[in-house]
Amino acid sequence: MKFRMKTLAAAAALAFAGTAHAQISGNVVKIGVLNDMSSLYADLGGQGSVLAAKMAIEDFKAKDKGLTVEVISADHQNKPDVATQIANKWIDAEGVDVIVDVPNSGVALAVNEVVRNKQKVFINSGAASSDLTGAKCSPYTVHWTYDTWMLANGTGKAIVKTGGDTWFFITADYAFGHALERDTSAVVTKNGGKVLGDVKVPLNTQDFSSFLLQAQSSKAKIIGLANAGGDTINSIKQAAEFGIVKGGQNLAGLLVFLSDVHGIGLEKAQGLILTSTFYWDMNDQTRAFAKRFMAQNGGKAPTMVQAGVYAGVLHYLKAVAAVKSDDGKKVVDEMKKLPTDDPLFGKGSVRQDGRVIHNAYLFEVKKPSESKYPYDYYKLRATIPAAEAFRPLNEGGCSFVK
Amino acid sequence: MNTQALFGQLLIGLINGSFYALLSLGLAVIFGLLNVINFAHGAQYMMGAFMAYLLLEKLGLGYWWALLVVPLIVGISGVLIERLMLSRLYKLDHLYGLLFTFGLALIIEGIFQQQFGSAGVPYPTPEILQGGQKLDFMYLPNYRAWVIAASAVICFATWFVIERTKLGAYLRAATENPTLVQAFGINVPLMITLTYGAGVALAGLAGVFAAAMNQVAPQMGSSLIIVVFAVVVIGGMGSIMGSILTGFGLGMVEGLTKYFYPEASNTVIFVIMAIVLLIRPQGLFGQR
Repeated sequence: MKFRMKTLAAAAALAFAGTAHAQISGNVVKIGVLNDMSSLYADLGGQGSVLAAKMAIEDFKAKDKGLTVEVISADHQNKPDVATQIANKWIDAEGVDVIVDVPNSGVALAVNEVVRNKQKVFINSGAASSDLTGAKCSPYTVHWTYDTWMLANGTGKAIVKTGGDTWFFITADYAFGHALERDTSAVVTKNGGKVLGDVKVPLNTQDFSSFLLQAQSSKAKIIGLANAGGDTINSIKQAAEFGIVKGGQNLAGLLVFLSDVHGIGLEKAQGLILTSTFYWDMNDQTRAFAKRFMAQNGGKAPTMVQAGVYAGVLHYLKAVAAVKSDDGKKVVDEMKKLPTDDPLFGKGSVRQDGRVIHNAYLFEVKKPSESKYPYDYYKLRATIPAAEAFRPLNEGGCSFVK
Repeated sequence: MNTQALFGQLLIGLINGSFYALLSLGLAVIFGLLNVINFAHGAQYMMGAFMAYLLLEKLGLGYWWALLVVPLIVGISGVLIERLMLSRLYKLDHLYGLLFTFGLALIIEGIFQQQFGSAGVPYPTPEILQGGQKLDFMYLPNYRAWVIAASAVICFATWFVIERTKLGAYLRAATENPTLVQAFGINVPLMITLTYGAGVALAGLAGVFAAAMNQVAPQMGSSLIIVVFAVVVIGGMGSIMGSILTGFGLGMVEGLTKYFYPEASNTVIFVIMAIVLLIRPQGLFGQR
């Protein structure tokens, strides 16, 4: 009897909730954070991204608005097949409405297709490939934070304009590195610079000295690092050892995260120029966010990928609340209609192809003597306005952009 | 092609070769005596680098202390592993030792990943080894010159102990016929334990050398260990001099590949391994 009462009560509760939000499947908005939790990208996303998603839900005050929001997470191990499997299971069996983060371009492109087929929502923050809003664009995908075009354009253009007109590339020998080199070379040449040479280095190389030696003897003013993660860290560290910066050449990191700079240390990273769309120490709002974030993240400051997860989830929830539904197409359409506005990236918009448009910034890594407190690493060199930071809509080749 | 660049690449190859030699030496010694393929060698190398970092951060002990203390710590951890776990597997097929050490490597890496994150931690180059020499054909950082010299000395010393001393003679004898050596009143299990400890200590030492050059990160060992295995296979499993010479030699071959055709630089060693296995399955210096 007791059991039956409970069931009745539950049914009544469900029915009640049902009328309140007729369109929310299972009455729960379920967010799945899918990223690298255990390997080379765990620091730039990882558990920090899960925390960022939770903070977004907190700040959105979902409960007060009558929305129940849950977060689950998984490690995709940088394997597209593992990621596809998880994404399928999440959507089919566990009622996940939106998948967020997903670093590593290869994995992201795979998840992009799963979400397209299942007509849910994909908010990417961690992956670099500009194909996500170009050739492979999907009406269910929103790409936050950064992409290869923006990195190439931001860093490449700014450096050529300030006199760095001869380049040599050290490139990771896979799709991401090739794309980054290709895009940056185009920007360098277009702005009157010259590319003197390049070397394609296998992924996960420990020793870069041979390649640095080749870069050194090319006499190029700028050595462009078209790689990521551990490869970038080791190339920067060893460039310092070989006296490259002291010898008058400069390094340009095309994809450098705050967590990388932290790992290298300022002594060896100083003077490095990089592009980022978020830095925790920009204004009072970002500092307030970072303070809360660091308190719950073992003292580690948020990276731009984690910031993108926060902003993406916040904007998603706004759209869900506005259309009172978690239907993939409706929500993404609403996300594109609604201007973005959050404490981390400021005001911006989601473009028709899914690209989120916001400012980007050119930073220089501080000298050890200039750094006054933990994670005081960057100084601002230039702001790239939102309108110039990303690839023009008509150049991406997205099929549904008219 | 200009000869200057060629010299530069050869010298760089020699530096990498000295790491291959140090690591493959430890592997060869362990395999020779224990018949265990120590897959945890990369993780133990990584431990060495992190220990150096921790000594500096927590106790303020610099590089030179680390060179002394780290091999001891890592070696003792090796002794414990051998006594408590590995020794139970000797009666079984070799495969169990390999699987065990492989699992161990994953666990050790996981722990460091959890503790320090994937980007790793910085470790400074010791002050008196900073800077470098401007040679005719390249800029040689002082630290790298030191690494070549130091590892050549250590490799020679290890070779000397094993091939030219009484202790080494016991070791080699125990490799051939442990029961007989035991019958002569020599404590073979103890010798085995210490050998594993020493082999692992060499990996720890290589880790300290690497700390100031590469990023101290949890994956630093796993990317190196496969190459080092190939070096041991090419040199001949269990051959001490073989693994030293092959280590240095392959480092140079790799250096040249990095110049002529960089895309192949991480495969060239395996190509050589395949060829050696086809033509001389026991390895270049191995005996049948």
